[in-house]
Amino acid sequence: MSEATVTPSSGLSSGGVAGRFGDRFFAGLTLAAGILIFVVLAVVSLFLIIESLPAITASPDQLSTGTSFWRYVGPLVVGTLITSFIALLVATPIAVGVALFISHYAPVRISKGVGYVIDLLAAIPSVIFGAWGFTLFGPALMPGYKWLNENLGFIPIFGEPSATGRTLLTASLVLAVMILPIITSQCREIFVQTPNLHQEAALALGTTKWDMIRAAVFPFARNGIVSAIMLGLGRALGETMAVTLVLSRGQLTANLIGVGNNTIPAEIALNFPEAFGMRQSELIAAGLVLFVITLLVNMLARWVVSRYSEFSGAN
Amino acid sequence: MSTATEVEPSTPQGGRVLKNSLTAGQLPSWARWASIGGSLVLSAIILLIAGWSWAGWIVLAAVLYLISYTVWTYVVEGARHGQDALWSSLVWLAFLVALVPLVSIIWTVISVGGPTLVHPGFLTSSMDGITGVQDRATMNEGAPLAGGIVHALVGSLMITLMATIISVPIGLLTSIWLVEYAHGGWFSRTIVFLVDVMTGIPSIVAGLFAAGIMMTFFEWGNGGVSGGQQIMGFTAALALSVLMIPVVVRATEEMLRVVPNELREASYALGIRKWRTIFRVVIPTAISGITSGVTLAIARVVGETAPILVTAGVASSVNWNLFNGWMMTLPVYIYRQLMEPTAPASPDPSTARAWGAALMLIIVVMLLNLLARLIAARFSPKTSGR
Repeated sequence: MSEATVTPSSGLSSGGVAGRFGDRFFAGLTLAAGILIFVVLAVVSLFLIIESLPAITASPDQLSTGTSFWRYVGPLVVGTLITSFIALLVATPIAVGVALFISHYAPVRISKGVGYVIDLLAAIPSVIFGAWGFTLFGPALMPGYKWLNENLGFIPIFGEPSATGRTLLTASLVLAVMILPIITSQCREIFVQTPNLHQEAALALGTTKWDMIRAAVFPFARNGIVSAIMLGLGRALGETMAVTLVLSRGQLTANLIGVGNNTIPAEIALNFPEAFGMRQSELIAAGLVLFVITLLVNMLARWVVSRYSEFSGAN
Repeated sequence: MSTATEVEPSTPQGGRVLKNSLTAGQLPSWARWASIGGSLVLSAIILLIAGWSWAGWIVLAAVLYLISYTVWTYVVEGARHGQDALWSSLVWLAFLVALVPLVSIIWTVISVGGPTLVHPGFLTSSMDGITGVQDRATMNEGAPLAGGIVHALVGSLMITLMATIISVPIGLLTSIWLVEYAHGGWFSRTIVFLVDVMTGIPSIVAGLFAAGIMMTFFEWGNGGVSGGQQIMGFTAALALSVLMIPVVVRATEEMLRVVPNELREASYALGIRKWRTIFRVVIPTAISGITSGVTLAIARVVGETAPILVTAGVASSVNWNLFNGWMMTLPVYIYRQLMEPTAPASPDPSTARAWGAALMLIIVVMLLNLLARLIAARFSPKTSGR
């Protein structure tokens, strides 16, 4: 419409056709990139489902393990969940503590530096955590495992200790170190958003710092902490190399400090390069199971976050 | 009233009374340090009797400090302050505990990997032709360490470069569409959701996907037989792209959203087309943030091991060709040297090489992180002038 009012000799309309084409082309191009992401995810899911169908529907004697697929993947799922759960149990209190330290306890001058240091921990590649757990951390824990077995050996989870320290508990502790910075940085972001008025009001009533945190910071940050924990869980579930390097694999066992147990990512990483045919299908099916679990965890986390952003008074 | 306030501070007694009334019932300022020192000494005495260990000394001292300082505060200042003292000590302790693994890892990588990394030839030779013979000679006869990481460096460089070339345009265009063209419709909400989902894909699943897709592609091309052709650098780059695209989209989207709308409107008011506005105004304003986001994404994928292990295989010699043959990268090199030493009976040279490569990898990742921060700080749009 606007072109009609401009005289043909005007410079504005002479570039108009090319400009309009550029506009349309560029809008289409960006939309295509968005659609591509859509397609990639659809293909990932479809591919995982199609490739894993043979293994899921096969009869036990067709599979390499000689049992049904669910019986094969069951112990792996349990191993993955136990490892991630212990990692969360250890990492969460420390991570929340460190986040509180950065947001409320550290002297102002060093708190930013501490934040950088924690980010540094997040930047270290997982294979280096694995190498550290494999060569240094695992052996260092061995006296502790021996002590646990001697004194608390009547509890099934502290059975016969491993001779190398490469156990499920070591793998969980390495995972805890890896997810610590993720939970910390998420919590820190929420903690510093706590309305200053709430905090000052609490302090003005004569509360101690800890009472103020309990009364003003935690209620405000509760959903944020939950979602941070879920994000950490998502990371721990999918983590491959640290577990592959640290864990000395075996059958599912209740003994956390001995040889045994395995996780889905470690199983795939170890066997996929040499696998073909039905074995490959089994491993891809295991990957699908892992994908679904992490998807559920992440979606739950996003849901909590979205609820949080609707009801918080921060923005 | 006014006379009282004028007089009171000037009299020495008034000042002293004021101070005492405010600090009465509080612990002296040296109490914390006294508690720490006492705990360390007491812990040392107990362990010298029971049997010494450095770790035990620190742990016991921490426990003693927690108990003594809490009880002391509780007795002098009351229950609420006792609780406060306990929790503030715990928060400090959490921070110190979190530092332990970081310091331990950095120290191990530097002290063990350092000598290997500066070893002549480590950065310039590959593992081509290195067998258990050389490693046994190194270990038993003191021969210099053989082999190096140049093939892994080349592989990491090529695969990461390819992944960046694939994911940056896709990620950039998607976020431009999300910010500039989409208006909160169902499709843009779907894309945002899918990007979230992609962020959560476990890296090994991304590797499985790329390996499977390329295998299907070659099977389709060769009539049912893939012949292992899918194991190449490009497949690994595809896997890394799946991990990298969501990171790029997130970072870019955030940066584009903070570009002030006034800039766009000023450009439109001059009669500039939307796409030229985006290219000439919006992107240049956000370029520092975008670049730093992309650099952080590169730093993240360069350390990925699992997806490369299942897509590019392992190699012992230099391979510059992304589309043919197996390729080595630094993380996979570390993994292989640790898990399957070249000489299984004498694994020390392999371990030394693994830590040398680990130091190299950490240096690369840290440099990328530093670069990202520098870019973000140096080339950020000037906020002054308003």
